Amino acid sequence: MKLSMKLPLERRANSLESSPTSSRENHPASPAPGRRDVLALGVGLAGAAFVRPAAAQADELTAAVAAHAGGAAVRPGRVKLEVAKLVDNGNVVPVSVSVDSPMTAADHVTSIAIFNEKNPQRDIAKFAFGPRSGKASVSTRIRLATSQKLVAVARLSDGSYWSDTADVIVVLAACIDGEA
Amino acid sequence: MARTLLTIPKTAQRGEVIEIRTLIAHKMDPGYLPDSQGQRIPRDIIQRFACRYNGEQVFSAELFPAVSANPYLVFYLVAAESGTLEFEWQGDNGFTQTERVPITVT
Repeated sequence: MKLSMKLPLERRANSLESSPTSSRENHPASPAPGRRDVLALGVGLAGAAFVRPAAAQADELTAAVAAHAGGAAVRPGRVKLEVAKLVDNGNVVPVSVSVDSPMTAADHVTSIAIFNEKNPQRDIAKFAFGPRSGKASVSTRIRLATSQKLVAVARLSDGSYWSDTADVIVVLAACIDGEA
Repeated sequence: MARTLLTIPKTAQRGEVIEIRTLIAHKMDPGYLPDSQGQRIPRDIIQRFACRYNGEQVFSAELFPAVSANPYLVFYLVAAESGTLEFEWQGDNGFTQTERVPITVT
């Protein structure tokens, strides 16, 4: 796979860059940086900007959710994250999050946050509610760069965190394919 | 002043839960896109939205570049008393806009 080949190229290119003038003397066996090396490095860097190893992004997603919850346990349930399973245009993806809650002063949702897995940034939006909201429900439209997982995390007034996830397949990526 | 589209019921019963829809025209440049010259367009988004009901904040949102252009938000309120709903958007490059809409509660 191209991605796994990227790392050795970067390391080799770095060692060449660190000693530009002496590269020929110190490494007589390897040729001077040729056009192919520079192109491969460029492709690696450009690819790295948007497409990164999947495992790292999944870890970042759990880290973002954990940071939002401040280390508290985030349990699946009580939250309903509604998004189409297949999305034609990743630039405008309607998303709804609702939590079944009486929304009284004693028992209400204080915040809902939405995170993603594979956009350049994990955060999507954070919303704050109170007893005057009446219904813990919010809808918006978001951008998705590729097919990925979304996580909605709700914080209740008793300090507990609940979440729901959804997998979305995106046909036209936002910000990468076509116009924004 | 960006154009806004606010959908609020003109009248409501006291205690009724009403749906508020807001839309504001804004490019929401995420900061990852190149322009026609190949230069990255810097981020220019609306970061905060707040709704105040007779001065008291009842809903707020923190938006990130993943929110689509022309941010659309639908949320709910309890129609407690007649008065004014104030919607405020704040964003990069000093963007700020406030809209006020009266609400009648019977």
